[in-house]
Amino acid sequence: MDHLGLWIAGFLTLGIYSFLYRDNPWYKLSESIFIGVSAGYWVVTEFWQNFVGKFWDQKGDDPWLWIGAVLGLMMLMRLFPKIGWISRWPLAFVVGATSGFWMMNYLTTNCMAQVQATIIPLLGLGYEASAVMIFSNIVLVVGTFCGVAYFFFSKAHTGVFGATARVGVWTIMVTFGAMFALTIMNRMSLLIGRTSFIFGEWLGLIR
Amino acid sequence: MIASGCTAGAERFGSYLKLATLATFLIPIVGFSAFAQENSVVSADSVAVATVAPVTSLVVEDYRYDDGENLALTWVPSIDDQPVGGKVVGYEIFQITDSGEPEKIADVLPGVSSFLATGLHAGASYRFYVTARAETSSAPSVISAALTPHREWINWGLWNLMLTALVVGGSVMFFIETARRGHELFVRKIAGLEAVDEAIGRATEMGRPILYIPGIQDMDDVQTLASLTILGRVAEHAATYDIRIRMPVSRSLVMTAARETIKAAYQAAGRPDAYNEDMVNYVTDEQFGYVAAVDGIMVRERPATVFLLGAFFAESLILAETGNSVGAIQIAGTARPAQLPFFIAACDFTLIGEELFAASAYLSGEPKSLGSLKGQDVGKGVAMVAIVLGVVAATLYALTGAAWLQAFGDWLVAMFTIAS
Repeated sequence: MDHLGLWIAGFLTLGIYSFLYRDNPWYKLSESIFIGVSAGYWVVTEFWQNFVGKFWDQKGDDPWLWIGAVLGLMMLMRLFPKIGWISRWPLAFVVGATSGFWMMNYLTTNCMAQVQATIIPLLGLGYEASAVMIFSNIVLVVGTFCGVAYFFFSKAHTGVFGATARVGVWTIMVTFGAMFALTIMNRMSLLIGRTSFIFGEWLGLIR
Repeated sequence: MIASGCTAGAERFGSYLKLATLATFLIPIVGFSAFAQENSVVSADSVAVATVAPVTSLVVEDYRYDDGENLALTWVPSIDDQPVGGKVVGYEIFQITDSGEPEKIADVLPGVSSFLATGLHAGASYRFYVTARAETSSAPSVISAALTPHREWINWGLWNLMLTALVVGGSVMFFIETARRGHELFVRKIAGLEAVDEAIGRATEMGRPILYIPGIQDMDDVQTLASLTILGRVAEHAATYDIRIRMPVSRSLVMTAARETIKAAYQAAGRPDAYNEDMVNYVTDEQFGYVAAVDGIMVRERPATVFLLGAFFAESLILAETGNSVGAIQIAGTARPAQLPFFIAACDFTLIGEELFAASAYLSGEPKSLGSLKGQDVGKGVAMVAIVLGVVAATLYALTGAAWLQAFGDWLVAMFTIAS
């Protein structure tokens, strides 16, 4: 039975990779199985982890959970066209609550913490900083300032401000270049993982 | 407070008094007379041989700015708690809820002098004592006075966050009102957004559908919200020019919201009859299952235009490369820095970070959206000024050592420091 599972997994992995050549029936079959199995898996997971785990098992302990249950029921009203409008209310609740929650989160992490971390002496306290550190500090401060200038939408990118914004976008692009390389390395590990499965676990060519 | 705690403890644990008497005999032997007074209420099993000194000055305080769920304990460690040659091997923390029995809630290491009791209830009262534990004996502290945790409605520790929110929020409201009164608000051009109309026009000319991917996160992600706002604009154009929109999604809630958005856009364009629920369909929550489906749609339906706007993860490059391979004009945007390099490399136009959030204001030109964008710019302006002032002050202080520069720099840093 284990061998059968391995062969199915290997067959479907190669089926998905066959997309690299072109769209074909093997890929379509693998795609359909992947989507169907994963959708079914998520239905079961959502039911047991969210409905049973987070509501049904704890409904007696926390009365607030009933509000979520009612909102969930309202969402299901979409299934009945005549009263489908009811589903807009829980949706509005989710969107509104999410916006409020994330506003504080973004102000904290994307604004205040960044400003605080950027307020540093360029030369280091008492000239104690090394040349590398001074260069690093200048890059950090100038890059951050110019980066913020790029995302300032109330002024056209012309003149001195435009030059500042250009420095900002260059800084951003250099950062993206470094991140591109880092992420590619992570993606290579995914490829190595599947290759290792095919040639190791499945075909037994790697021991 | 400590006295009342001792009295209550004595009533509750009257049987321990005999052992306390034994303790008064033992303590002078080891020379800890102060300890003897504080240790008048102790547990039966721990003071049989009191060869270790207990902790003193146990203080229990309400933990500020919480939901009434925590109490903070501090104490002075046992004098036998020494880094070298100390007898104490740890402390046990006991909790007495209302008039219940003592319950051990935690073990902490030697040297520790504070603990946060969590999972409490705002209406109940709690007493605590800390037992210093040695290899063969242990000694409890006095029992603290009963204390009820309180719930605070406003966290004044985050006053600077509130101030920032008020400045930004107030600016947003001011600019919304300004826009409503008919004043024109300037917003600079955003290259990626300028291309939206061009991309829709291309789909019209080619008679092929628009593929719209709102990312793989749910409605609790602000990038998905921004994406759906842009979707409204795209859908309105699509309705006007009678272009088919194809929108596979990976979250059921996003499917519902997207259908509402497109429906409203078709109504606004005067084409409610052209709206079809099947424009938006749920695929699967599984990340790469969704990617497999979208890739299949791309190569089979060959859309003229692909929008990749929202929260993306490892699938970003796979989707962008497939869209590129079918010759679609691609407009992407996300606030996830790790994925932006892939979009920049593989797509025709990319909305970088906040440009995604600015998109709705720019496209719609509505007072609410424009006011929101301008209000955020006020926040950015304040941040830029603070950075310049702070860096100048810190650098001049490093050069001159002037105290007032240090004070000013510290004040600026404090303004932007979030209390933990």
